[in-house]
Amino acid sequence: MIRFASLQFRTQAAVAFGALAVIAVVLGLTGPHLVHLYNTTVATCGAHGDCASATATFLSADRLLQDLGNVVIALPAIVGIFWGAPLVARELETGTHRLVWTQSVTRTRWIAVKLGLVGLASIAVAGLFSLMMTWWSSPLDLVNGNRFTSVFDQRGIVPMGYAAFAFALGVLAGVLIRRTLPAMATALGGFVFVRVAVTFWVRPHLETAVHATSVLRMTSGMGFNQTNNGPLSVTGGHAGAWVFSDRIVDSAGHAVGGNFLSQGACLQSRSSVACIGKLREVLVYQPASRYWAFQSFEMAIFLALAVVCGAVCFWWMRRRVS
Amino acid sequence: MIEFQLDTGSGVATYLQLVQQVHQALQLGLLEPGDQLPTAQQVVAKLAINPNTVLKAYRDLEREGLVQPRPGLGTFVIRTLPGPDPTTLHRFLATLMDWLGSARAAGLGPDDIEAIYRTATRSSYAEGVA
Amino acid sequence: MSGALETNGLGKQYGRRWALHDCTLSIPAGKVVGLVGPNGAGKTTLLHLAVGLMAPTSGTITVLGAGPGEGPAQLARVGFVAQNTPTYAGLSIAKHLRMGAWLNPGWDGDLAERRIEQLGLDPRQKTGSLSGGQRAQVALTLAIAKRPEFLLLDEPVAALDPLARREFLQSLMEVVAEHGVTVVLSSHLVADLERVCDFLVVLVTSHVQLAGDVGELLSSHHRLSGPRRDPSSLPASQQVIEESHTDKQSTLLVRSDGPIIDPSWTVKPVTLDDLVLAYMGQARDTERVPHQGLSVIR
Repeated sequence: MIRFASLQFRTQAAVAFGALAVIAVVLGLTGPHLVHLYNTTVATCGAHGDCASATATFLSADRLLQDLGNVVIALPAIVGIFWGAPLVARELETGTHRLVWTQSVTRTRWIAVKLGLVGLASIAVAGLFSLMMTWWSSPLDLVNGNRFTSVFDQRGIVPMGYAAFAFALGVLAGVLIRRTLPAMATALGGFVFVRVAVTFWVRPHLETAVHATSVLRMTSGMGFNQTNNGPLSVTGGHAGAWVFSDRIVDSAGHAVGGNFLSQGACLQSRSSVACIGKLREVLVYQPASRYWAFQSFEMAIFLALAVVCGAVCFWWMRRRVS
Repeated sequence: MIEFQLDTGSGVATYLQLVQQVHQALQLGLLEPGDQLPTAQQVVAKLAINPNTVLKAYRDLEREGLVQPRPGLGTFVIRTLPGPDPTTLHRFLATLMDWLGSARAAGLGPDDIEAIYRTATRSSYAEGVA
Repeated sequence: MSGALETNGLGKQYGRRWALHDCTLSIPAGKVVGLVGPNGAGKTTLLHLAVGLMAPTSGTITVLGAGPGEGPAQLARVGFVAQNTPTYAGLSIAKHLRMGAWLNPGWDGDLAERRIEQLGLDPRQKTGSLSGGQRAQVALTLAIAKRPEFLLLDEPVAALDPLARREFLQSLMEVVAEHGVTVVLSSHLVADLERVCDFLVVLVTSHVQLAGDVGELLSSHHRLSGPRRDPSSLPASQQVIEESHTDKQSTLLVRSDGPIIDPSWTVKPVTLDDLVLAYMGQARDTERVPHQGLSVIR
């Protein structure tokens, strides 16, 4: 059965791994250049004192390839739709299930092998792609400090979980809906919904956020966010962490007005001790050290969802779909 | 080797047609003792009939003592069909001539006589229990 | 000895409709069985139940003494060709044969290759580009090369031209002669079945109307014609299946175990065609007027 499943899968596999090979070559050629650029601009900017412009220069390099990272988001969905949905639905549509399920393999063995083989392949594709992009983008991510936030789902190991779930959901949609195109659409919709739901409702709570109040210290990359009516808050800083909220309070714990910086001691220098010395920073955040824990949790969630989908497929198959 | 034909419109059972064709072949000398009959597989590959039909025909022929199966080799003719006794033939010929004479005297033409002959032959060979 | 296919009160329901209802059959081994009936009568449903593609709603079914589709050993004993002979259009004939070899422990590769060669087909050709007749022959090859004891075919010749149909039946009969498989062949065309089948099952509106050995059926049914008569005046041992009357004459198709000795009847044999049509007509009439009292023959 494994050989036959491989035979049926070979065209799709060739396309995917072929594309991966091309991407690997492109990234392989441009990666060292990016590292070199980093080393010559940002890495030494502290000594030259021109970090702001060095960073800007660096970040504008290879914009096209940076956008490739966004493909990593779409990849699991693509895999799920094009590999998962037709797996069973196409057989049901063309009637070939009446050919293959009357050979000498049981339906359960058939679905187990197909789920296993193509499922592992989809995890491998997503994993390899994510690995390549993570390696290539590491200078960028370092500068942006956003790996825990905006590019969390494009790096590391979570794309493998997404791919596994998208695939399993695709297969399940095909089994229940029995037609390829509606199954693709349903799987896509379901996948997007779950991804959004997990990102906004589950991920922030995977561990209890840390509440920390400390003396405000302005570091490189931090700035004030002034508003006319609202309180003063801080932007930037805390690279690599996931900040939920970052507020300024005075020593008594009251919010500081947005126009604080235009008064008193701050008129002379915004960063002088007299200006900001009494201010405190109230931070609600997930520390950078928790990054891999969060990656692992989220991947585990999606793998579990994939297993559930697979189990439902398995159970449904035993009910004799004709 | 004999080649069987099938007349689907004749109303005669398939296995009977096979038996009759073997009888005719024997009478015409197309089949002689020692000749092999086609295997069931060969017959059905050409006629697309049930193999059991062929086997039934061959069993009937075996019962009549005309053929004998040799396991692993095939079915072979062992005896030729005894021709009808010449006096019997002559007797029936005379009866038929008398009948023809009466029929023609009654005004029946060749076509009418032909029609009567065919109807009679068909019912006589095809009729089941009545 | 249990038969090749045994069912007892078998039924399959979809929503509110019974595709097959109260089906009790015993099909002996070693026969070529014709499963006849109009479209929608339940033939495909019965076959799908027999190969394990479907589970029954009620009743039981056993194939070669075991449950359909239960495990690889049972699957290996039964060969199936579905309606419209589905194949993987993008795979070549050779790849289909490899599939057969990989998925069937009892696969006879030599037999398969020989047949493809005899049929004059190029193994490298994709099955999607074959004609209907050629695809049917490939599907038949796949089904027999796994060396089953029991072969079920769902309307395999329905969409074929007369020549392809004849060649398919020749192939099939050759297989039966060579390997002795039990065959169930479903069709809504009776003509082909007459030369090929020695057991008949008539299925109309999801019920079994008639089932039996062809020889016995033909010898126990007669066409009676004679002066006009009320059919209920016939003895109880003679069952009227079909009747038609003019003002002077009655023609009946009856089932009778004993000989017909009433001299007022002219008795003629029936063909399989007539028999099937008569039972199909009876079923349709029973449907329309349920209390007509004609019994269902099993």
